Amino acid sequence: MEKEKLLEVKDLKTYFLLRDETVKAVDGVSFDVYEGETFGLVGESGCGKSQTCRSILKLLKRPGEIVGGEILYKGQDIVKMNKDEIRNIRGKEISIIFQEPMTSLNPVLKIKTQMFEAFHDTKMSKQEKLDKAIELLKLVGIPSPESRIEEYTHQFSGGMRQRAMIACALGARPKLLLADEPTTALDVTIQDQILKLINSLKDELKMSVILVTHDLGVVAQMCDRVAVMYAGIIVEMTDTVTLFSKPRHPYTYALMGSLPDQSKRGSRLEPITGAPPNLSKLPPGCPFAPRCKYVEDICRQERPEIFEIEPGHLTRCHFPEKVRSFTGIIDVPEQEVGNNG
Amino acid sequence: MAQLNYLFKRLLQMIPVLFFVTVLIFTMIRLIPGDPARTLLGEMALEEDVQRLRELMGLNKPYTTQYFIWMKGILTGDLGRSLVYKMPVKDMILPRLRITVGLTFLSMIFAVILSFPLGYMAGKNKDKFGDQFIRVTALAAISMPSFWVGLLLMILFGVKLHWFPVGGWGETPAEQFRSLVLPALTSCLMTTALLMRNLRNSVVDISILDYVDFARSKGITETRVSTMHILRNALITTVTLLMMRMAWMLGGSVIIETVFSLPGMGKLMIDSIFGRDYAVVQVLVLAFSLLVILMNLITDILYSFLDPRVAL
Repeated sequence: MEKEKLLEVKDLKTYFLLRDETVKAVDGVSFDVYEGETFGLVGESGCGKSQTCRSILKLLKRPGEIVGGEILYKGQDIVKMNKDEIRNIRGKEISIIFQEPMTSLNPVLKIKTQMFEAFHDTKMSKQEKLDKAIELLKLVGIPSPESRIEEYTHQFSGGMRQRAMIACALGARPKLLLADEPTTALDVTIQDQILKLINSLKDELKMSVILVTHDLGVVAQMCDRVAVMYAGIIVEMTDTVTLFSKPRHPYTYALMGSLPDQSKRGSRLEPITGAPPNLSKLPPGCPFAPRCKYVEDICRQERPEIFEIEPGHLTRCHFPEKVRSFTGIIDVPEQEVGNNG
Repeated sequence: MAQLNYLFKRLLQMIPVLFFVTVLIFTMIRLIPGDPARTLLGEMALEEDVQRLRELMGLNKPYTTQYFIWMKGILTGDLGRSLVYKMPVKDMILPRLRITVGLTFLSMIFAVILSFPLGYMAGKNKDKFGDQFIRVTALAAISMPSFWVGLLLMILFGVKLHWFPVGGWGETPAEQFRSLVLPALTSCLMTTALLMRNLRNSVVDISILDYVDFARSKGITETRVSTMHILRNALITTVTLLMMRMAWMLGGSVIIETVFSLPGMGKLMIDSIFGRDYAVVQVLVLAFSLLVILMNLITDILYSFLDPRVAL
């Protein structure tokens, strides 16, 4: 079945225009999100994944600015929208949840007040709003919502706050949920609960999800398709199974090498040497070249274009065949991979 | 209920504080060189006349006895008699209290009207021209001594423009209000500047917090983001500062009232200290401390309303 495109990001450029330099946080990112799928954006800190996510709702912090590209939501370009138009998208069509549950809810307003803000239907009576808010809190698994709704955020634990934030985000039944590292600040058991919650809500409310994370384990658990970002650009994009079985970019491969693996107990982890490049002084060639094991001269001089190495599998590397000889961390028979693309 | 309980506890706590204050005032005024009886009768008076007056005033008794007589009076509502004005202190203080409290409230109102919009605008337009301008003006306002600003205002609005009286106290309420305007403007200047800077910085700090972005992501109007999320949180520290400044302004009334010859508590205090008018000084200092303590109590209670994280 051919699924409909919900969101098309085309050559998005988000720069931070500082006084004497320009930080190219997002430098020409393109991807599509289909209805009902979970799309992952993976990468190290500072690779531009969060800024890509924030750009979609135009929630950039100053001096960040979208300087180019298009973000088409159901065919309408969000980049060109004025304040009122984007306000009609926020919450109703696209919602966002943030990484830090401790600082993402207003400390001086009751949970109730903050949830009511998400309901855009002005004809609702107070009681209707209250009922709907309680129902939402039940949906996200907050016990005794009738009393907790009258409380303030400091009376909630981290996991509960994350649930409350999700409830707020879902208030107007959005079609797309942007989850910006929703579990990074939580401990592992709570992390798993929240991820499962997002998954079940996605099915129940028939949403699409863009999940931003630096955790490949989360990607494997959650995502249908993944884009790997490095230094403000997408270096590899494919479905999750293919990514883990046949990575075709040295960076993706290196990321997997730095994951602990049950089957190789006792062997050393292989960290990626060096540090991510400075986004205001990018080298002319491939941004990963200084840290790449397979680097050759051309990599340092010419930035590779992204291209389709196999149907539905994009990579941005001069020598993807070098990585071809490696297998990923999971073994999947060839035929199965093709079907998922 | 918790709030009433807290209030009761705080009122009880006031007793030892006030006791300590009375001991302090009583001792301090007697440590200042100079003899009230001598001051009253003048340099040329005979030594035995001075001695007779001292006995009459009870100043020859031991200090502890004098203290207990004074305390007994305070507790029974007899605040003593002024030596200089020859009238009960109680009758002197009440009309003057009105002027000083009126002055403080009016300058607080001026400070709020001026500082809240300006501070908010500055914070919203961080580093733009308006913000720079407001910040420099605030710095200038903080650096100018209030008695000098008072004189400048007097020259401009009193002497040149005749909009407000140069000093003194009016007869009718309207006149009285007019005579409070310039002193209140003078006394509010520094507080305005401080509040403005405080609010500006809070607005700047809070505007970049995640909960503001999250609120915005819900698709609410920018006005609601500004009022309920930014301003509501920024006001917590600013209101606390405002209340603290209000207590400070009470003390500042000593200078302002002298400059504008307002017959308030501050001016009376200065006159009484120079005249060694023990009874008046003691009661005035006690009244000032009582006002400051009450102001702090109100601040704490207000704080608990503004910030739900603060439990009383």
